[in-house]
Amino acid sequence: MAIIQFDNVTKRYPGGHEGLSGVSFQIEAGEMIFLTGHSGAGKSTLLKLIGLLERSTRGQVRVAGRNLTQLKRRHIPYHRREVGMIFQDHRLLHDRTVFDNVAMPLVVAGLGHRETGKRVRAALDKVGLLNKERSYPITLSGGEQQRVGIARAVVSKPPIVLADEPTGNLDPELSLEIMRLFELFNGVGVTLLVATHDLELISRMNKRILTLRHGRLLQHPARGGHHHV
Amino acid sequence: MSRAGRHRGGAIRLDTWLLRHLQVALASLGHLTRAPFSTLMTAAVIGIALALPTGLSLLLGNLQQLSGHWDGAASISLFLTEKSTLEKADRLAGRLRARDDIARVRLIDRDQALDEFRTLSGFSGAIDALDNNPLPNLLVVEPTPLHSTPEAASALLDELQALDDVEFAQIDLQWVRRFHGITEIAQRTVLILGGLLGLAVLLVVGNTIRLEIENRRAEIEITKLIGGTNAFIRRPFLYSGLWYGLLGGLIAWLLVSLSLFLLESPVSQLAGLYESQFGLSGMGPGAFLLLLAGSALLGLLGSWIAVGRHLSAIEPT
Repeated sequence: MAIIQFDNVTKRYPGGHEGLSGVSFQIEAGEMIFLTGHSGAGKSTLLKLIGLLERSTRGQVRVAGRNLTQLKRRHIPYHRREVGMIFQDHRLLHDRTVFDNVAMPLVVAGLGHRETGKRVRAALDKVGLLNKERSYPITLSGGEQQRVGIARAVVSKPPIVLADEPTGNLDPELSLEIMRLFELFNGVGVTLLVATHDLELISRMNKRILTLRHGRLLQHPARGGHHHV
Repeated sequence: MSRAGRHRGGAIRLDTWLLRHLQVALASLGHLTRAPFSTLMTAAVIGIALALPTGLSLLLGNLQQLSGHWDGAASISLFLTEKSTLEKADRLAGRLRARDDIARVRLIDRDQALDEFRTLSGFSGAIDALDNNPLPNLLVVEPTPLHSTPEAASALLDELQALDDVEFAQIDLQWVRRFHGITEIAQRTVLILGGLLGLAVLLVVGNTIRLEIENRRAEIEITKLIGGTNAFIRRPFLYSGLWYGLLGGLIAWLLVSLSLFLLESPVSQLAGLYESQFGLSGMGPGAFLLLLAGSALLGLLGSWIAVGRHLSAIEPT
């Protein structure tokens, strides 16, 4: 079953620039997929359409059986709770501890105190930061901050996780570590869509790849390893 | 599935819901106490703005209470005809007492009046020289407070004037009219002032909350990003507004109480000069609660307006 489906989706920004032009594809539940292309090719736009940070100008976006084109504004928060998002710049709150940052999605969803603590520690344990729960993000390295961001994205166990250039600022070794972490989540059934232009990294992962160029999807059945843009 | 999400939200038990609100309320109070100086400044502005109309209306209330002591102001004197005997005067007084627009009727019989006049005026010799008592029997009629307005009192005066036994009815309406006119102006002034200063409180709270929203922009964006509903994001700001209002109300109460305390001794001195027992009455518990409720409501409303205008403008990108 397709958990993410784009049908001829176009996103035009005010001023006429087209971020995406007639994009169609499907992602099956439980897949891990890379989204690649030059900067400005439309990777971020595509992710934003899935997280409903933006809406398509034309065409249909379906996520988890929901038609996002018709989703009412007041239902957006509930949609976002099922889509974990990871950013290149982490987007952590620097006046809160690691624990409080990771707990945010659970607090927002109204989870009880005990359950929240349990789940936050489980998430921090998975990303290897259990000993840092009382630290402030600013005292952590870039890789550790990114792992806090990942813990926050998965703590509420969303079926879909999106990552926008998650390794953009990390050295190859740390990047690979992050990818292994993603594989771990993918292994328990999470659908992952990772936007990156790090082809070197992709080539080592053997996953399906979507390539964008100037807002259009290139057709290639290729899997990582023998794919070149 | 958004439905499922809402159902999950709806299934939260009431005590959990209350607990969560309490947590948010305390958290936003904690937020305010972390910047005590600026919080106090804002609350003081609100307090002063509220103290002014509150104090004025309290003074006005005192003034009206004072006028209540001068019941005589609206009392009507009925001078009865010479033919009207004491028994007839007594019967008339009885009839008048039965009316529900009249609070009290006092009969001053002519002999008694003459005696009083003799002792008090110092004309005892001249009075003794008179063949008969020149004074008529007198009824002093006090209308009920409801019928003490100039219009009602003057209508009553006309009615009493028309009675058979009454020679002449008199009331110092001019004075009553003027006093009512003045208090009405004062009342309306307090109302206008209260309205304007209430608006000022709304603006002060609205502006403060707007700045707070601006300061917590990143937090709001991220909260929206991870699925925080508008109600969830709104809540701490609304509680902030509520706390500002409550704090401002408390400061207003303190200012008014202090002012009354400072006025108390000169007022009682003045009252002493008039041989009156009058003393300023302060704010009762009812008025105090009303002030707090009003200020809290203004704070809530101010933040509601700010939140409505500015929160929707912040969307994650």
